[in-house]
Amino acid sequence: MDLLGFGDLLLSGTWVTIKLALTSLVFGLAFGLLGASAKLSSFWPARMLATAYTTLVRGIPELLLVLTIYFGGSMLLMAVAEKFGYTEYIEISAFAAGVAALSIAFGAYSTEVFRGAIQAIPKGQWESAQALGMTRGKTFFRIILPQVWRLALPGLGNLFQVLLKDTALVSVVGLNDLMRQAYVATGSTKQPFTFYMAAAIIYLGLTVLATLTTTWLERAADPAARGARA
Amino acid sequence: MNWNWSVIYEYMPRLIDGVWVTLELVFLSGLLGLILAVPLALMRASHNRWLRMLPFGYIFFFRGTPLLVQIFLIYYGASQFDAIKESALWPILKEPYWCAIIAFTLNTAAYTAELIRGAIQAIPKGELEAADAFGMSRSLKIRRIVLPRAFGIVLPAYGNELILMLKSSSLASTITLLDITGAARTIIARTYTPLEIFFAAGMLYLLITAIMIGCFRLIEHRLNRYQHYKAPTVEAKKQPIGN
Repeated sequence: MDLLGFGDLLLSGTWVTIKLALTSLVFGLAFGLLGASAKLSSFWPARMLATAYTTLVRGIPELLLVLTIYFGGSMLLMAVAEKFGYTEYIEISAFAAGVAALSIAFGAYSTEVFRGAIQAIPKGQWESAQALGMTRGKTFFRIILPQVWRLALPGLGNLFQVLLKDTALVSVVGLNDLMRQAYVATGSTKQPFTFYMAAAIIYLGLTVLATLTTTWLERAADPAARGARA
Repeated sequence: MNWNWSVIYEYMPRLIDGVWVTLELVFLSGLLGLILAVPLALMRASHNRWLRMLPFGYIFFFRGTPLLVQIFLIYYGASQFDAIKESALWPILKEPYWCAIIAFTLNTAAYTAELIRGAIQAIPKGELEAADAFGMSRSLKIRRIVLPRAFGIVLPAYGNELILMLKSSSLASTITLLDITGAARTIIARTYTPLEIFFAAGMLYLLITAIMIGCFRLIEHRLNRYQHYKAPTVEAKKQPIGN
């Protein structure tokens, strides 16, 4: 890939995009699982907190989230640090702000996916685990979670597609991702269509790759799809 | 850091101006997108293989790439070609407002077409057969049976799509439009109070989302009223015996 000598630049941006998406995925899954357990908890403040989290985050634009965390986050951090006697200037990197914003957004949506999946598992499984003397925590990690994975995968796959496309938003605060590098290349070549089209095609390749991976994972997680007999 | 309520109060009128721009973007492109999506969905649900394949490339491209790329491709990309610059389209394509409308319309049409296709395929077969049995022509069947039924089925999903559109409309701020997010960014550039102003902007988005959800519940109730149909109960008149 040459593209008037800017091919390498686009490739380096693609690598940043992939890193951003995967890092946010890991944190986002953690947020989602936490959110789902809070929503299903018998402790009402936890339920309320989780509901507030999902309603709030799902109702505001991801771009606004990115901007708030990037521009407001350092102010907030400095205010907290000042309480502990630290008065130096703190700046949040665009990458960190991007990971924070995207994983908070992913977490809010995946909370609902996980909640649905956990609730879809028959109650009898909890009861039989209890009959075997397992604690609730052990039941969750050994019995419920492995099955949640299979039920949640299709939903999570769709959310990852959204996440992958939302990574482009972080270029607005100056992260050197694929979108930003396409913009840089445009600046010196005056060929915006060529480079944005190239970026679009790379994004398309990434989403296709993500779809294929999800289908493969779904097959791997579902013994019935591999032809196993019950 | 002191939380500054007065800055929110002072700049609220500017943010409200942004609300109108946001709503204009969402509803204009939502409407145009719907008009574009219906024929695409009919093609996607067609029995003819070639007709089905035709919109595939378009839908695949617009659903598989970030909206930001699509906006930049139209707004900045169009200026690369002299043929476009000299054509009659240029007065439209050089305006960020119309570029945003075009990008949002094409984007939402791709998603909506797939939603409507799903709805068309979810219509019970018997209803289509009944229409055939009445001797309805193809276009009459589409106009009277397929589309009204599909709209009823697609409505909840379309409500979600419109809310996603509302959130995506914030991207218009990247090409200088002063929607809610754009207005917030210009205010912050002057006052440097990002937390307060972004908080206010977020609350406005939440408010619009809540209103949109409420409206869709109402429309849904109206359009799918057959689901709530209750047979009129004939109450037996209680008359005192022996009168």
